[in-house]
Amino acid sequence: MLQTVDARGLSCPEPVILTRQLLNQVKSGNVQVLVDNNVAKENVTRAAENMGWKVVVVQQDADIVLNLSK
Amino acid sequence: MKNKLLIVATGGIVGLLGVFLVTMGNPANMGYCIACFLRDITGALGLHRAAPVQYLRPEIIGLVLGAFFSALFSREFRVVGGSNTLARFTLAFFGIIGMLVFLGCPVRMVLRLAGGDLNALVGLAGLIVGVAIGTMFLKHGYSLGRALPQNKGAGFIFPSIAVVLLVFLLVQPAFIFFSQEGPGSLHAPVIISLAAGLLVGVLAQRSRLCMVGGIRDLIFFRDTHLLSGFVTMLIVAALGNVIIGNFNLGFEQQPIAHTDGLWNFLGMTLAGLAATLLGGCPLRQLISASEGNTDSVITVLGFVAGAAFAHNFGLAASAKGVPGAGQVAVILGLLVVAAIAVIGLQGSKAIGGKTNVTDSGRSGTIMS
Repeated sequence: MLQTVDARGLSCPEPVILTRQLLNQVKSGNVQVLVDNNVAKENVTRAAENMGWKVVVVQQDADIVLNLSK
Repeated sequence: MKNKLLIVATGGIVGLLGVFLVTMGNPANMGYCIACFLRDITGALGLHRAAPVQYLRPEIIGLVLGAFFSALFSREFRVVGGSNTLARFTLAFFGIIGMLVFLGCPVRMVLRLAGGDLNALVGLAGLIVGVAIGTMFLKHGYSLGRALPQNKGAGFIFPSIAVVLLVFLLVQPAFIFFSQEGPGSLHAPVIISLAAGLLVGVLAQRSRLCMVGGIRDLIFFRDTHLLSGFVTMLIVAALGNVIIGNFNLGFEQQPIAHTDGLWNFLGMTLAGLAATLLGGCPLRQLISASEGNTDSVITVLGFVAGAAFAHNFGLAASAKGVPGAGQVAVILGLLVVAAIAVIGLQGSKAIGGKTNVTDSGRSGTIMS
């Protein structure tokens, strides 16, 4: 089942904290992170890439979906 | 990589402008200071009557308008709010009292350090301790909750206030106070300050420059991205000060500073903790307020209210030292801010949803 982090509306650095927690747990596979602003998108992307994950960004209306895979 | 270049460039330009604005007339080691300049604006509006610190600082007006237009053009202007607004106001209120006891926000702390003021090193130690405590709370699930999308019109209120202040600055109506002496009377020409503000507003909006975030990310994630901006700022401003002869290493006789180490330390501990719980330092809050975050607007108003109290009730420090009332206010502030941090530990549980994370108290936003 696809694990999802819903970090919409959360202020810095909470989206990164949540994402890192999940990535530390699942180790590999596919994970989806929902954010609603570019700052969170950049921060989560940077954190995920530093942990060796590949990030694909999809804009979905007002939300930004980050598809993480490793 | 492009982002890295941007944040390093932003830090460098703020450092350069910090030195340049002083040569153009700004108070020493105060080319840029968000806390001091908000306090000056508060005074200019008559919300406090400390005669030496009243001026409508164009740097702040420019910063807001620069960030606003930058956000509009980059389609990052998003109107959100409603994330524990009162807690944010309170954190800002006490945070700026800590900064005014130290005599500077994190940006001026860097610029003071770049001028050789070693008291700022004590402040930096305090700031790091404050941020570290805040980070500990974040690690254990502290959250002020989600901000939700709001009516777009609300986002235009803050930039409109900046425009009104700009008009006041140019027209100089009788009800606006302008210092005749003291730091408030020292300023670069309006057009230069305004241009510097606009430039930094755009750059800070694009690069997300944040001092408190820099220290936090280093402690929390071992990530030096945000910090690299401030390191560059320090290096560039220090070199600039050495070149123009404004570098004066030591504790004594530093411009607009005092040597009371304990209160320099505790003032910045309060500032660092409050800013970490807010999600960013005063500069970042101003930028975020200009991008449409109405919680950040209230945060800025909290800074203004705190600055008004700091000077109306004799809490703010001066070159002579820290008044007793200011020391009490810092202790009280630390207690209040710590209480908000403890209450906020429950915050992430209130976000909703199901949890499957066990390695900390944080819960609620990971769904499977």
